[in-house]
Order: sequence, then structure tokens, then C-alpha cells
Amino acid sequence: MIELRYFAWVRERVGTGHETVETEAATVGALIEELKGRGEGHAFAFSDPGAIRAAVDQELAGPDTPIAGAREVAFFPPMTGG
Amino acid sequence: MPGIVVQAEPFDMGERLNRFAARQENAGAVVSFCGIVRDVAGGGLQAMEIEHFPGMTEKALSGIAGQAMARWSLKDAFILHRYGRMGQGETIMMVATAARHRGDAFAAAEFLMDYLKSRAPFWKKEFTADGAAWVAARDEDEEALSRWSSGG
Repeated sequence: MIELRYFAWVRERVGTGHETVETEAATVGALIEELKGRGEGHAFAFSDPGAIRAAVDQELAGPDTPIAGAREVAFFPPMTGG
Repeated sequence: MPGIVVQAEPFDMGERLNRFAARQENAGAVVSFCGIVRDVAGGGLQAMEIEHFPGMTEKALSGIAGQAMARWSLKDAFILHRYGRMGQGETIMMVATAARHRGDAFAAAEFLMDYLKSRAPFWKKEFTADGAAWVAARDEDEEALSRWSSGG
């Protein structure tokens, strides 16, 4: 089981900010591909993986980052602070 | 230890800057930057809302401040960033750096700004009469980061 967090328009498109899922995925990128199949909202949110940023246990991560042993993965759009 | 503050409440940049400057010893230079909510291109901004990732935000800002402390000869650094709803003209965030000489203080302040714009988990949403829209990240912000990795 892994905790998923969503922020900004990813959260709005998925329809929730938080969920727990079972996954077979080994990497962030594989998890995105898997999530696309979870429903219409997920498919919409993850339709362009290049537009998605991720954090594994609160550290910024890329598509190849492994998620084995991770407690939490977060997905969000490119950040716009400052 | 650099100071990191993440809060919803408005803040007084003068008071924050004075407090930062007062706690320095033998720093010949203090540089600060303050970000303010501006109108949208066509006018008519009603409000801005900033979402963040509690927990990761503080870690990311500490990490960025730590990198600046390691890279330049800094005495101290301070980052304050707000989240939640705010109106046009309100202060969004500020950074301050203190060093013996101004070169380090200026460069580190710019580095902090470049990094926190696209590496700290904040997302801005603008509200106008037409509805709400997430602010898109700008390519220039990403490009601004590359100059710091090429040894510049």
C-alpha cells in the first residue's frame, strides 16, 4: 500500500487530494501509467506525464525514481512559488 | 541556521527585515527581495490563492537555504512564504541574506529566488471575473536555474 497526494490542478482533475492504492509499479513513471487506468479523472490528470512533477517521501523525483519502500508519492504541476 | 517561515497571515516586510538585520554580527551587507501580488495582464484580478504541500514546503525551503549557505560566504539567510488567499498589492513572500560583502548577499538572494520559484511546492491560482486559473510555470523560470549549475 502506498499513500498518494495530489496538489493544484492534478488534485482538481483526480477529484481528491489523497488516496491509498495497491501498486505493482517500480518507478514513478510506471505508477503514473498505472494511475491512468483508475478512472476518468485520473486519465485526465495524467494524460500528459511531461506536465506532471512528483515527490517521493517529500523529495522531488523523476519518472525513473524507484518507489520501492516509499511511504508516500505526491503528484503536482510544475511549481509556481515566489 | 537560516530562518524559514511558512504562514497564511500577512507580514510586515520592514519589521521582518529589521529583525533579520538586528540579529547579525559583523555582516556588512543585507540584501532582501519581496514578492507582491500583481494584477493579471488584462487587469481585473480579484484574488490570488496559493496552495502548498505542508511538510515538504519547509523541507524544500530549508534545503534551498542550506545550499545557498554552502555556496556563498553567507552569515545568515531568511525565507518567508505565505499560502492561502491574498489580494492585489499584498506581500506574498520575502527572502533576505546577510554577508560580510554585498556580492555574496546579492548572488545568494537571487539564487534563493530562482530556486524557490520552481523547486518549492507552491502553486498559484488567480481569480478574475472570468473564473479561476492556475498560473502556468514559465520557461524563463526553469532557464534561470541553469545558470547556477554551470558554475556561474
